[in-house]
Amino acid sequence: MASAEAAGVREVTSVAGSAAELLAGLPPSPAVWCSGLHKRYGRQTAVQDVSFTVARGEVLGLLGPNGAGKTSVIKMLLGLVRPDAGEVMLLGRPSSDPRSRSAVGYLPELFRYQPWLTATEVLALHVRLARVQVPEQERRDCLAVVGLSDRAGDRVGGFSKGMQQRLGLAVALVARPELVVLDEPTSALDPIGRVDVRDLVLDLKARGVAVLLNSHLIGEVERVCDRVVILDKGRVAASGTLAELLGQREVRLRLDGLDARAHDRLRSAGSLTRSGDWFTVALPSEDDGVTVPDLVRDLVGMGVRVHAVEPVRISLEERLLGILRHEDSAPRDAAAPGAGS
Amino acid sequence: MTALTVAGLTLREASRRRVIWALAALTVVLLALSAWGFSKLVGLNSDLGTMTSGEARLVASILLNLIMFGMSLIAAIGTAFLAGPTLAGEVESGQALAILARPVRRSHVLLGKWLGLVSFGCGYVLLAGIAQFLVVRATVGYWPPDPARGLALLAGETIVLLTLALLLSSVVSPMASGIIAVGLFGATWVAGIVGALGGALGNDGVERVGTVSRILLPTDGLWRGAMNAFQDPRALLQMGEGQQGFPFLSESPLTSTYLMWAVVWIAMIWGLTALSFMRRDV
Repeated sequence: MASAEAAGVREVTSVAGSAAELLAGLPPSPAVWCSGLHKRYGRQTAVQDVSFTVARGEVLGLLGPNGAGKTSVIKMLLGLVRPDAGEVMLLGRPSSDPRSRSAVGYLPELFRYQPWLTATEVLALHVRLARVQVPEQERRDCLAVVGLSDRAGDRVGGFSKGMQQRLGLAVALVARPELVVLDEPTSALDPIGRVDVRDLVLDLKARGVAVLLNSHLIGEVERVCDRVVILDKGRVAASGTLAELLGQREVRLRLDGLDARAHDRLRSAGSLTRSGDWFTVALPSEDDGVTVPDLVRDLVGMGVRVHAVEPVRISLEERLLGILRHEDSAPRDAAAPGAGS
Repeated sequence: MTALTVAGLTLREASRRRVIWALAALTVVLLALSAWGFSKLVGLNSDLGTMTSGEARLVASILLNLIMFGMSLIAAIGTAFLAGPTLAGEVESGQALAILARPVRRSHVLLGKWLGLVSFGCGYVLLAGIAQFLVVRATVGYWPPDPARGLALLAGETIVLLTLALLLSSVVSPMASGIIAVGLFGATWVAGIVGALGGALGNDGVERVGTVSRILLPTDGLWRGAMNAFQDPRALLQMGEGQQGFPFLSESPLTSTYLMWAVVWIAMIWGLTALSFMRRDV
C-alpha cells in the first residue's frame, strides 16, 4: 500500500516536473498583446479594432497624428481606460489582473506628481505601490540617470515642466520594469533631454526591456524603434519593421545624352520621374544587388553620360505622411491592421 | 498594503499642504474665544439677579453645544474640501495616472484615501473636542455626561460627510463636490431645526421634513445624538417645554436602529463611490 502511494507520488512529481519543464521551454509571452480594441467617447469613435504585439525586449513606436487614438490605446493597455471591446495581455497576464502591471513602468503624457513630496519620496511611493524591494542607492541612481540627483531632496512643486518629465522617467524606471510605456516622453525636454531619452531607450533595449514609445518626434522613433505601428483615426493604418515600412527605395541619376532607348531602359527599372537633368527611379523594395549596377552599365553602353548616381532612402516621416495622406505607393504591409508581431 | 500606503499619503498631503495647521489655528481661536466667553459666565449677573447653578448648567450646555457645532462645522468643511480634490482633483490633474498604472486595485486606492480622511477628520474631532471639554471644565467646572459617545457621534458625522464628498467628487468637479457636500450638510441641519419646530408646534407634516432629511443624510441625526451626550440632562428639565425646537439642545439620545442606518448609509455611499471610481476612465 505504502509503496503504491510512493509510486503515485513519484508519478505526480514527475508529471509536475515535466509540466514545469514544458512551461520553461515555452517562449516568454509577449510584453504586450492586444486584440480588437474599441473605444467610443460619446458619439466619437476614438479607437477601432486595434491589435498589435510588443515582443519582449522589443522597442515599438506608436505613431500617428493628433487624435489618432495613441494615448487612448496606451491607457487601455494599462487599465486606465475601459475598452468597449477587445482584450489586453501584459507580460502574460490579462490586464484585468492588477498583477499584470507589476513590472510595467509608465510615463504618462500628462505627467504630474504629488507637488508636496520630494523627488526621492515620489520614487519611494512608487516602489511601495509596485511592491518591489529597491535599495536606496538604486533609487538614487535612477534619479541620476535622468539628471535629477541634485534635486533629489526638493519638493516636486518647485520643479519645472522638463524636470517633472524627467522625474516621470525615473518613476517609470525605478521599479525594475520589464515593459516601459513612454507617452510623449520628450514633449517638455530640451534637445539635450531628448538625446538623453534616446540613450535611455537604447539602454533599456540593450537590457532586454520592452519599450512602447509614443512620440511625435519621428526621427527619435526611427533611431530607436524595431517596429512601428501607425494609427490614423483610431485604426491601425500600417505596421511593421522599419525595413518593411521604409521598403521603397529610389535612385537619383544626373544624366544627359538620352535617347528614346535610354528612356525605355530607365522605365524598365521602375517608375520614373524627371526634374531637369535629374531622373528618379523608384526601385523594388528588395535590394537584389544588380538592378542599379546593371542600369548604369546599360545606360553607359547606350552612350548616355552619367554625372551622378545617388541612392535615396524614404524617411519614416515621408512614409508616415504618405500613409496618412493615402498616397501609398509602397507595399501597404508588412502591415494590414492586426498584423503586428 | 496599498490602502495603508495611500492612507499615509493622504495624511501626509493634509500635513504638507498645511491643512492641519490651518485647522489648528482656527481651533485655537475658537478655544480661546470660548474660554473667554465661559469665564464671563462665572458669577454673571442677569437682570433677574445672579444665575442659579441650574441656570449656569443650562447656559454651559447650550454654549458647549454651540461651540461643538462650530467645531463639527470646521471638521466637516475641512474634510469635505480635502475629500473632493484628493480623488477627483488627482484624476483631473493627471496625478492619478502614474498611481493607477501600478499593480493596485482602484478599490484599495479609494479605501486608502477614505481611511486617511477618516483618520484626519476623527483625529481632529477628538483632539479639538477634548481640548474644548477641558476649557469648559477649567472655566465653569462643567463636564459633559457622556463625552466619549458624543465625540464618537461627532466623528461619525464627519465620516458621513467626507464619504458623501468622495462620492460627489467621483461624478462632479472637485470644488463643486466640496460645495455641494457642505451645502447639503447645512440644508439638513436647517431641515432638522424646521422638523423640531414642527414637532413643537404639533405639525406632523413639518416634523416629517426633519425626519426625512435625517434619513437621507445622517449628519444632523448624528449631531443631535452628539448634543444629547454633551448637554446636562437637567438642562432640558430646566428649560421645560419651551426647549422643543431649540437648535442647541437635543431631546433624546439616538436609537440603535438609527446608528445602524448611519453605518449602512456610509457603506452604501462608499460602495457607490467604489463602483463609480472603478468604472471611470482616467
